[in-house]
Amino acid sequence: MEEFTPPVPSKINYINAQYGLKSWLLTKDHKRIALLYLGSITFFFFIGGIYAMLIRLELLTPQGDLLQSTTYNKVFTQHGIIMVFFFLIPSIPATLGNFLVPMMIGAKDLAFPRINLLSWYIYMLGGIVTIYALLAGGVDTGWTFYTPFSTTFSNSYVVAAGLGIFINGFSSILTGLNFIVTIHTMRAPGMTWFRLPLFIWSHYATSLVMILGTPVIAITILLVAFERVARIGIFDPAVGGDPVLFQHLFWFYSHPAVYIMILPSMGVVSELIANFSRKNIFGYSFVAFSSLAIAVFGFLVWGHHLFVSGQSIYAGMIFSFLSFAVAVPSAIKVFNWTATLYKGSISFDTPMLYALGFIGLFTIGGMTGLFLATLGIDVHVTDTYFIVAHFHYIMVGGAIFGYLGGLHYWWPKISGRMYPDGWGRFSALLIFAGFNLTFFPQFVAGYLGMPRRYHAYPPEFQVFNVLSTAGASILAVGYLIPAVYLVWSMRYGKVAPGNPWNLPGLEWRTQSPPPTENFDYTPVVTWEAYEFAPPEETEVVGRFHDEVPEKV
Amino acid sequence: MAESYVEHEVGHPALQHHFANLEQQREAGTLGMWVFLVTEIMFFGGMFLAYTLYRSKYPEAFAIASNHLDIKLGAINTAVLIFSSFTMAMAVYSTQIGKRRAQIISLVATIILGLAFLGIKAVEYYQKYEDHLIPGSLIPGNPFNPDPHAMHLTQGVLMQHVQMFYWIYFAMTGMHALHMIIGVGLLSVLLYFSVKGRYSPEYHNPVEVIGLYWHFVDIVWIFLFPLLYLLGRHTGGH
Repeated sequence: MEEFTPPVPSKINYINAQYGLKSWLLTKDHKRIALLYLGSITFFFFIGGIYAMLIRLELLTPQGDLLQSTTYNKVFTQHGIIMVFFFLIPSIPATLGNFLVPMMIGAKDLAFPRINLLSWYIYMLGGIVTIYALLAGGVDTGWTFYTPFSTTFSNSYVVAAGLGIFINGFSSILTGLNFIVTIHTMRAPGMTWFRLPLFIWSHYATSLVMILGTPVIAITILLVAFERVARIGIFDPAVGGDPVLFQHLFWFYSHPAVYIMILPSMGVVSELIANFSRKNIFGYSFVAFSSLAIAVFGFLVWGHHLFVSGQSIYAGMIFSFLSFAVAVPSAIKVFNWTATLYKGSISFDTPMLYALGFIGLFTIGGMTGLFLATLGIDVHVTDTYFIVAHFHYIMVGGAIFGYLGGLHYWWPKISGRMYPDGWGRFSALLIFAGFNLTFFPQFVAGYLGMPRRYHAYPPEFQVFNVLSTAGASILAVGYLIPAVYLVWSMRYGKVAPGNPWNLPGLEWRTQSPPPTENFDYTPVVTWEAYEFAPPEETEVVGRFHDEVPEKV
Repeated sequence: MAESYVEHEVGHPALQHHFANLEQQREAGTLGMWVFLVTEIMFFGGMFLAYTLYRSKYPEAFAIASNHLDIKLGAINTAVLIFSSFTMAMAVYSTQIGKRRAQIISLVATIILGLAFLGIKAVEYYQKYEDHLIPGSLIPGNPFNPDPHAMHLTQGVLMQHVQMFYWIYFAMTGMHALHMIIGVGLLSVLLYFSVKGRYSPEYHNPVEVIGLYWHFVDIVWIFLFPLLYLLGRHTGGH
């Protein structure tokens, strides 16, 4: 087996370079900011998870015993808001992306380190405002904030929650801006666009969606807030406004937002599949460009959320067709991953288990998406548990599997320690089983007609809900195990070498954890991505960093 | 593999540690501002969409409401902003060729023109306030309640649709004014540092980048003025 030898580790790395709270809160190091994000999004994930458990407990029985309708409305709304805006959207880009984008392209940091830190503070401020809204009395509009309920009729803290999301949006914009500029201007000498790891391509596509979509939700939420406070009426049909305008503006962001969640995850899976098959990815440029295609098509399909909102039937047909079209680049990825596995020397390490799980679950989520893009079937399943199951297959089965897979894969680099592999594989399988048990029955219940967003339901649906709640309990345990052993491993884990998986990527050619400036010298890239070749050909060439090589 | 190596421009105080040289730093700064301006276009885009929708839905009400805007002040403000774009361009140019005096004078002129725009805008807003044209209950105690006769409201045109125009007017010009205020703030920071002699032909990226922002804010107004003040001006009312 080929060896890729990183330099001899020195004792100074980004974690122990400086000490004290101040050195973390004022850091401009992208790796430390990634860890700040990691801690914060984990916190929000567990808050969102508590709401999920409340939903599942309430739905164990057909009547409302644990929660009444008003409380239940708040619980599912807050589950959605926290999970979507404060966990899923920042999850991979702000943690793994922040950590790895500069390292994978051979840069010392992101282009704008201060803006990077600012984005974390904006995220925290948005989070605090939102938590204030939850504690002050909660919000009950659903995470979609549909007007005129949100602007006129809801008696909950819509403005405060909206303000939290508005603020948080800017952190997403700044992250996307930073990635785009960094990928354009900070690549190491020899790191051409087509030598970039696919993780970078997918983050580039994600960043495009972030900068183009997020400003639109910002202005939309601002308009909702003004309408609610000052009774202005831009979305109020009573004074000539159009509530469907809100839906168009909302989904213009919120549909592409799904691609903000799934594209980075696809980037992680491309890395995992290629590296744990020890093969070059099949059809590199197809996988790279399919990310961009998904980002572009993603902006043209929002109308499929409005099939039953009084949208013109012709618009519906066009949006239906375009929604089918977005399945093409997604399928290209799945086929290319599968072809990469073919005759690869596959090892079933924990990250690979998550990646394989991703492919299966994403395929189910994507295929059921085609049901929803079909005009006739969508009318049957709109606002049922079928939709809930579909988007959880994408957001949990896709985004979270990619996130956990990536977190395990790069954990030795991030923390300098190995996680316990047995526990890793066990919890990956547990999460896979728990996830399917939770959400597969929801497809059936939804198809049979169980509506979403109700705290009570006809008794014939109970069997599906019991299965679902049982699965959710397994899923919860599955999430807790990595939370415990990853924290444990930071102190007691086996010390990780610089390149524990023996891989050619740039991030593995430096010590674990990396030094503050990532590399001891500016690397000069002379190899293609995923080039599993003998060591003498891929040796890192470069000198000490007061002599920076010119771009080639 | 790279055969030649350039010297790290150590010693230049403006070079940040993570950039290889000033050229890379300049590229990153400029691209960053362009990307930011793209997000700004999308942000204003939401309001332009609302404008387009309601203009086509209520053309007569919008024409009547538009007639009530002060076209003279709007035109003067347009001229003021176009001239401020010129002085901003002069500030960038004189920084690039190293003329500090001209640079400082241009920056001061740009700030004054920006403040003049905001002053005139404030006068316009005050007129609307006096005519009870502030939409909804944005100002507590002074709800939207214009004199229907003074507005020359024609048969079949609803006052609430006139209010829709004024909400869009205030949302768009208000957001634009907020950007002007931020711009004047940024220019003041630039002025402070250029008096201290921080910018030179080797290092002028901040002037350039804030110049880009300033031109963008001007261009937004170039779109707002015809859409809000001019379009359909003589079709309704009178």
